[in-house]
Amino acid sequence: MKRPILEMRHIGKRFPGVVALEDVDFDLLAGEVHVLLGENGAGKSTLVKIISGAHACSSGQIRLDGAEVRIDSPRRAQELGIACIYQELTLVPGLTAAENIFLGREPRHRSSLIDQNRLNGQAQSLLDELNAGIAATDRVRDLRVAQQQMVEVARALSLQARILIMDEPTSALTAQEIAGLFAVLRRLLQSGVAVIYISHRLEELYEIGDRVTILRDGRHIATRPVSATSREELIRLLVDRELAELYPRVRVTPGPEALRVEHLSRNGVLHDISFRVHRGEVVGIAGLLGAGRTELARALFGADPIDSGRIFIHGQPARVPSPRSAIRQGIGLLTEDRKTQGLVLGRSVLENTTLPSLGAFSRLGWIQLGRERTAAAAWADRLHIRTPGLGQQVRYLSGGNQQKVVLSKWLCSHTDILLFDEPTRGIDVGAKVEIYQLMNQLAAAGAAILMISSELAEILSLSDRILVMCRGRLAAEFPADQATQEKILHHALGEN
Amino acid sequence: MHLSPLVSHYGRQFGILLVLILLSLLLWGLSPHFMTLSNWLNIAQQTALNAIIAAGMTFVIISAGIDLSVGSILALAGVVMAGSLKAGAPVPLALLIGLAAGFACGCVNGLLIARGKLPAFIATLGMMSVARGGALIFTDGRPISGFSPGFRAIANGEFLAVPMPVWVMGVVYLAAHLLLNRTRLGRYTYAIGGNEEAALLSGVHVQRYKTLVYAFSGLMSGLAAIVLTARLNSAQPIAGMSYELDAIAATVIGGTSLTGGEGHIIGTLIGAFIMGVLRNGLNLLGVSSFVQQTVIGAVIIIAVLLDMAIKKRRI
Repeated sequence: MKRPILEMRHIGKRFPGVVALEDVDFDLLAGEVHVLLGENGAGKSTLVKIISGAHACSSGQIRLDGAEVRIDSPRRAQELGIACIYQELTLVPGLTAAENIFLGREPRHRSSLIDQNRLNGQAQSLLDELNAGIAATDRVRDLRVAQQQMVEVARALSLQARILIMDEPTSALTAQEIAGLFAVLRRLLQSGVAVIYISHRLEELYEIGDRVTILRDGRHIATRPVSATSREELIRLLVDRELAELYPRVRVTPGPEALRVEHLSRNGVLHDISFRVHRGEVVGIAGLLGAGRTELARALFGADPIDSGRIFIHGQPARVPSPRSAIRQGIGLLTEDRKTQGLVLGRSVLENTTLPSLGAFSRLGWIQLGRERTAAAAWADRLHIRTPGLGQQVRYLSGGNQQKVVLSKWLCSHTDILLFDEPTRGIDVGAKVEIYQLMNQLAAAGAAILMISSELAEILSLSDRILVMCRGRLAAEFPADQATQEKILHHALGEN
Repeated sequence: MHLSPLVSHYGRQFGILLVLILLSLLLWGLSPHFMTLSNWLNIAQQTALNAIIAAGMTFVIISAGIDLSVGSILALAGVVMAGSLKAGAPVPLALLIGLAAGFACGCVNGLLIARGKLPAFIATLGMMSVARGGALIFTDGRPISGFSPGFRAIANGEFLAVPMPVWVMGVVYLAAHLLLNRTRLGRYTYAIGGNEEAALLSGVHVQRYKTLVYAFSGLMSGLAAIVLTARLNSAQPIAGMSYELDAIAATVIGGTSLTGGEGHIIGTLIGAFIMGVLRNGLNLLGVSSFVQQTVIGAVIIIAVLLDMAIKKRRI
């Protein structure tokens, strides 16, 4: 029996209005790869951020080698031998591999100038240890992603890290590069390093994982040895059946076709995508991160160019060269990230609500403030936006209320083909229910809704039809009553 | 419920207005000549030039940009207008030519930034040199002087005992206030400065409105050129040196954030007056111009620090 390096007991984490983790236990043995599995929002990244010192836990206990520790900053985590390799690499592109590995800790001459020879020598021996095929003097910007990742691993090793956290490390790698990464990981494991590994790809889990812990809605569901757990069982544990039954979709008989897409392609991103959405219909798009779902929505909205394919709006061939044109033709996009793309945070609820429809409230460029305010107030009221007033800056609203402001933008501009990209991400359950109800109402009123979501329960309970995307292609299409979480995951993972 | 946004709307200028009042009280105590009507008219007249340019600068900075070329555009617009006067153009036509020259230079800035995707700093730095060079080429480096009394009245005349430049400033600020708060241009300026991506994805014609913002700034430089040329009875190709710094200072003192998306035109007016009052007061006190420069710089820093502290406490 190996000894645990890291033990976490009863970990809880609250954010204002949201419980991100509740009573989670987790431990890590020396020399093992412990995989964290869960849907988006299940609490994986929160847990990892607590271990790496980016978040403090609200309750619970962390022990390292049996001794209780407080990890109150990333720096402290580093001192304790915990290193993190994120999806987005954190290297300085203009510096060399060696300079990145020892950034801030460069070996120095007695004159306190950097000792370039020792710097490169030490970095090279680390890189050689990893068999990375990188020269210490290579500039990071000239390296491939997989090689950059090796530089990150080398940096972790230079810090004498004993716990390596890897968040989706293979998402941008080719099969060959993944094999190389795993070979390196196996050698590290033999020297006693332990790895916390986050990935959505089940095949990787079976290849590299020793144990797997499944989180759902911030709670610990199960911890199992990988070799004794079947794929079906894992998917069943991942899936949340209750939510799916909590918010049933009110079925509406679909009306005429609102949006039709034929053979839509964007080089390297979207491949030959065809589907249609009718009025009164909610079509869900499922898929993993990077499957091309957001890219599809942006292309339909005119935010990204398309290379080929045709779009029909209400049966008529249409061109959508810009978001402005999309809005004029009745298409609205609720973006995946409301803070950077959906809202002007420093401006008021009023100004955000009418931003896409300001033309309708003005004459010769002059805004008719009374009419504008009346309309915005009506939507704020109908959507139950909780704000001290229409003049309140949206930055001070809760996530759910912010999302409702984004919704009111599109309702106020009378768009009736609505592209919702992760409409309930990062908002609490109460606001989720309100947004679900609103989607039902909109569909009933004749809107056509295309909903991208990474929460399978949400996709299953709200959609009339479900499209599954995988690597930029449409992998499958199901009517809602024939879809199951297992089937969707199967296609989203690209298992056939 | 309706009061709180109102308070926060105007509360932001409150801090900086307090600075202006305190400064005035201090100078009142120090000099018997400060708190007189004629001195205040004097201050207003001297502030007008910077205030007019700063009105355009406020739009630019709210849109998260910067305009370094205002002083040079002023010089170019001034000499082009003076040249057309000398060539016999009637005064109204010459004024239009001056304004058009400023507007055109601003449009070029705007197109370079909005369509060419150049950073505002670079585009307007280039224009700063191009327009200055243009003014020097146009005049061969010599000032153009001596205009009709009718033209000079634009700066020297009075209406209801108030000097004309002060009226011009007043009209500019009324118009700028309405533009910023009551029109799509103003609304979009805030939206673009606050979050350009969100504005674009909300269907705002970002390129068009960005261009307009710089064009407006250029127009204000043209207007300032008219006032300055009339006051000096001379258009100088080297006029307006470092005016961009005064305009940026007035805007920033007035509470407009250099990161864009927030700010108020009235704040800028107060900011311009703080600088004007300070210069005037220090002159009255007989402080040497070397010391004045140091004091003004220090006051800019202190005023902004104070304003930030007040804003922070409110949040």
